[in-house]
Formats: sequence, C-alpha cells, structure tokens
Amino acid sequence: MSSHYEAPIRRPLIDGDKSYHDITVEVAAPVEGKANKLWWTAFAIALTAFLWGLGSIIYTIGTGIGVWGLNKTVGWAWDITNFVWWVGIGHAGTLISAVLLLFRQKWRMGINRSAEAMTIFSVVQAGLFPVIHMGRVWNAHFVLPIPNQFGTLWTNFNSPLLWDVFAISTYLSVSLVFWWTGLLPDFAMLRDRAVKPFQKKIYSLLSFGWSGRAKDWQRFEEVSLVLAGLATPLVLSVHTIVSFDFATSVIPGWHTTIFPPYFVAGAVFSGFAMVNTLLIIMRKVSNLEAYITLQHIELMNIVIMITGSIVGCAYITELFIAWYSGVEYEQYAFLNRATGPYWWAYLLMMSCNVFSPQFMWSKKLRQSITFSFIISIVVNVGMWFERFVIIVTSLHRDYLPSSWTMFSPTFVDIGIYVGTIGFFFVLFLLYARTFPVIAQAEVKSILKSSGENYKKLRDRNHE
Amino acid sequence: MSNKVIQAMYNDDDVLMDAVKEVRAAHYHIDEVYTPFPVHGLDKAMGLKGTRIAITAFMYGCVGFSFAIWMMNYMMIEQWPQDIGGKPSMSFFLNMPAFIPIMFELSVFFAAHLMVITFYMRSRLWPFKEAENPDPRTTDDMFVMEVAVDGNEAELVSFLEKTGTVEIKVTEKH
Repeated sequence: MSSHYEAPIRRPLIDGDKSYHDITVEVAAPVEGKANKLWWTAFAIALTAFLWGLGSIIYTIGTGIGVWGLNKTVGWAWDITNFVWWVGIGHAGTLISAVLLLFRQKWRMGINRSAEAMTIFSVVQAGLFPVIHMGRVWNAHFVLPIPNQFGTLWTNFNSPLLWDVFAISTYLSVSLVFWWTGLLPDFAMLRDRAVKPFQKKIYSLLSFGWSGRAKDWQRFEEVSLVLAGLATPLVLSVHTIVSFDFATSVIPGWHTTIFPPYFVAGAVFSGFAMVNTLLIIMRKVSNLEAYITLQHIELMNIVIMITGSIVGCAYITELFIAWYSGVEYEQYAFLNRATGPYWWAYLLMMSCNVFSPQFMWSKKLRQSITFSFIISIVVNVGMWFERFVIIVTSLHRDYLPSSWTMFSPTFVDIGIYVGTIGFFFVLFLLYARTFPVIAQAEVKSILKSSGENYKKLRDRNHE
Repeated sequence: MSNKVIQAMYNDDDVLMDAVKEVRAAHYHIDEVYTPFPVHGLDKAMGLKGTRIAITAFMYGCVGFSFAIWMMNYMMIEQWPQDIGGKPSMSFFLNMPAFIPIMFELSVFFAAHLMVITFYMRSRLWPFKEAENPDPRTTDDMFVMEVAVDGNEAELVSFLEKTGTVEIKVTEKH
C-alpha cells in the first residue's frame, strides 16, 4: 500500500471505517430516499419567495423600472448590488474545484460538487439583474454581437459592461461543463443502482453512457486538469471585470485601481461563507458528516479569515489613498462613506467583513459548527452591504449638492432580491435531492490515502 | 478469429494493478479495464498512450484568440468605426487595450468548450448513449479486466484465477 502513502500529520478527510461500497451507498442515499418534512418546508418557503420575486419581476417588466426606488441621482442601487453579490458568491465553486485541484488539495473532493452547484445557481441569479434592468428584456440579445436588421449596429467592445457580458457568460457556461463532466461517473453510479425504470432512464440520459473505461478516465483526468487551468484565470477575470464596471468610470469612490484584487478577494470571501452556510446544513440533513468533516469547515473558515483580512486591508488602503491623493472629491467620497448619512451601512460592512472573521484565529471558534454557521451568515450580510456602500454612497451625493438625495427601496426592489434568494434555494434544494452531492468517484480515489481506517492501519504498520 | 473475452472481476484497485502487470508480463492482451474511479497509474500499467486532449485545448484556445481579434477588428475598426467618448476607433493597435478582456474570455470559452466536446466525442459520451460497462457494479466498487481469448482458454482462465480475481466470466464480444 505504499502508493497510497500520505504524511501521518495530515488528518483524515473521510471519517469512519468506510469501504468503496459504503461511499456509494451513502452518497446515493439522499437521492434514493424520500424527502422529509424539513425538506418540504424549506422547499415551500423557497418556492413562495421565488414566486413573489417572479411577480415583482413581471410587474417591473410590465410597468417599467420606475417601480424601483431609483432616482436621477442614484441610478444604480439594489439591482447592481444584488448582481455583484450573487456573482461574488458564485466564485467559491470554481475556486474550490479549480484552484484547489491545481494545488492538489485533497479536501476539495468532499465539497467541490456542491460548491460548483452553488456557483452555477448563484451566477444564474446574478444574470437576472442586468437583464431586467434593461427594461425592455425582449431586446436582451442586443448585448451580443450578432448580425441584425440595422446592418452595422454592433456592440461597443470598449465598454466594460460588454466585457461583463462575455465574462459572465463564459464563466457560467465553462463552470457548467466542468460540473457536468465531473458528474458523469456519479450519474453513472446512480444509473447502475437505480431500480425504478423511470429513474434508470433519467440517470442514463444524464450520465451520457459513461462506462468507466481506463482510456475514458485518462481523458477525464486530463480534461479536469486543463479545465482547472483555464478556470483559474477565468474566475479571477470575472470579478476583475465586474469591478471594471466601476473602476473604469470617473465617479469618485469607484475610480480606483485597487478594485480588481479587492473585488476578487471579497468574492472568494463571500463565496466560501455561502459554501459553509449550505454545507453545514447539508452534511447534517443528508448524513454526510463523514465526508464533509469538521476539518473541511475549519479549512474554509481559514480561507474566510484570510480573504476577510485582505478585504479589510483594501478598505483601509482605499481610505489612505483617498487622503494621500489630495483630490478633494475623492476625499469627500470616502469621508461621506464613513461618516455621512450612510455611516450605519459602512459600520455594518466593516464589522461584518473585517472584524467578525478575526474570531477565526481561535482554533476553538473555527472548529465550532454553530459559530461557523453564524459567521457564514454575518459575512454574507456584510458583503451585501459592502456592495451597497460602494454603489449607493458614491452616487447619492454627486457634484451638484441640489441633487443630493437618499435611496430607499420599494417593495419591488425587495421582492426581486428576496425572490432570487428563493430561486437559489429552490434550485439548491432540488439539486440536493436528485444529484450526487459528493463527487463520489473522486472521493473513492483518495479513500486509501486519506480515509481514517486506512490511515490508522498504516500508522499501526509503522510502529 | 473468435471474439471471446474473459472478464475478470476484482474488488480492490491494488490487486487490479498487480493483475494488470502480471497479465501484461505474460503477454496476454488486455482489451479493456472498467473501474469505478480513476486508478492512478493504470493507463501506464496497461500501456495506454498518453492523451493529446490538452494539446487540442491549446489549439482551440488559439482559435478563440484569433476569432476575438478578427471579430473586434471587423466590427469596431473596419466595418463601422465610431468615435466613442472622444476615443476614435481608427486603428486596431490603439484600441487594443480595451479588447484584451474579451480576447481572454473568448480564448477560454473556445478552449474549454471545444476540448470538452472533443472529449465527449472521442470517448463516445452523449445523451441517450447506452452505457457499455459489463457489470453495474463497475460504477460501485468492482473493477473488471477484459482479456482477449487467443488460443488456450482454460489456461488463461486458470492464469487469471491466480491474480486475485473474485469472479470470472467468459463471454462473446459483440
């Protein structure tokens, strides 16, 4: 068993005395079993929220975006805040599946499937906002450079908003094929276990006839590696380009060169927090505590702590540069951000994003499941307010004091936002009941090196 | 020539690896090995050639990059140059910095999608494709090695039995 050697200092990633067959059974269990009351309750709540959101979207499209709380000073508010928030959340999945693959981090195996699912579902939510903000959604295809009845009316490739179209659609589609390729062997496992003909049919269809030949696996691993290599710069480019939406403008408070790295760190920060929120619940409900272990949660908490501190550094750098630049507009934008009428939002952002992750320096706290769950929620509240602060406080006091104003959301703004949260959970809850939520084929490949029973066996042999 | 194959089933990846090496050393021909997860080093042990799919990804990426350059040059510089925000689009190279994000995105888009499509085509994976694994347990915890029968069948069976197999089946390959 020398080929499965792993340093004894590494803690096991698969707890308990598992065999390959146990992994199959336990990963298939949530799909093969029946949904309990808790699932139906959660699904009903999410569906209600989604329908409310759908109603608000239909009302917006039917009446016009005048039904939102936007005014002539604050022309961008909750819509773009929600867009950036969801895109940010969508960063953890690819980071876990791609960056951690390149770094050969075995702990990604237990969580990558759900993290990628979360990525795809949240990018879907993000994509809704720019589309409905167009007002005339039936013209949404105008963002694509396609030949049209106007002959030479092309898109403007100088515009960061168009870069965003390309970045988000590339990101969504590449994440989707990355996810699906990894799913094929696991769908095949469900297919070969299925007893009901309908289930068998569905999983045969989804698994694309995966048979697990040696050559297929060789290509599979190569494809995963190359996709990881492509997705790594891609994931960094996506939030960089989202930040260009602001950074290439000339609004004080937006026009800063620190935005790309600052946004990417914030995105990873909020994404990992959302992964923690979802997986802490899922591992319990679906009995997957042996695969998504305390160590996984602890490692994610460390990532949250580091990225939270990077974000904190960015906040302080921004303040320093505003002062150091000597540009009074810039200085005012930041003074107003911290001490103006939106001081409460700034304070909330600072305490949730910079202060709260610092608790994770304590080993006891980062190993506490309840505490990790609370922090994961706090972080995402904070990250929503970060985007709100950047967007609204930079706009609401513009160059003309007579047009200074505040932003207050209408019930439609709130409805659409809550609706996307509902939509996200509808998708995730359906996923948790129908998809193999753990990349079981990959987990099996690390069982002998990182399984608790095999590690113990090896330690005994060495004594 | 007969199309008979022997399917030897194993329940452990290490036993399978040793068996593959033994079978190869005895100069029998391994048709195929089906495994539930990627067994590292199996392709080398079987004598499979390395895959060239990463090279295709690079070429597809180059196609995407060239396509992005051609598209933006055609649309913004050649066909209808405009003066946007006091920045006239008169020359590709003066406008190029603004084109870099999309050049990058399209390179990734082409490389990723065309590589995955190539993989699906080469490995014959698509919706409604029938699975071809010989036993449903090969996606769970069983490993199957298919060895072509060439000559003495009984001798081959008894040889394989000594390699730690848990089940042996002789079937006709369609």
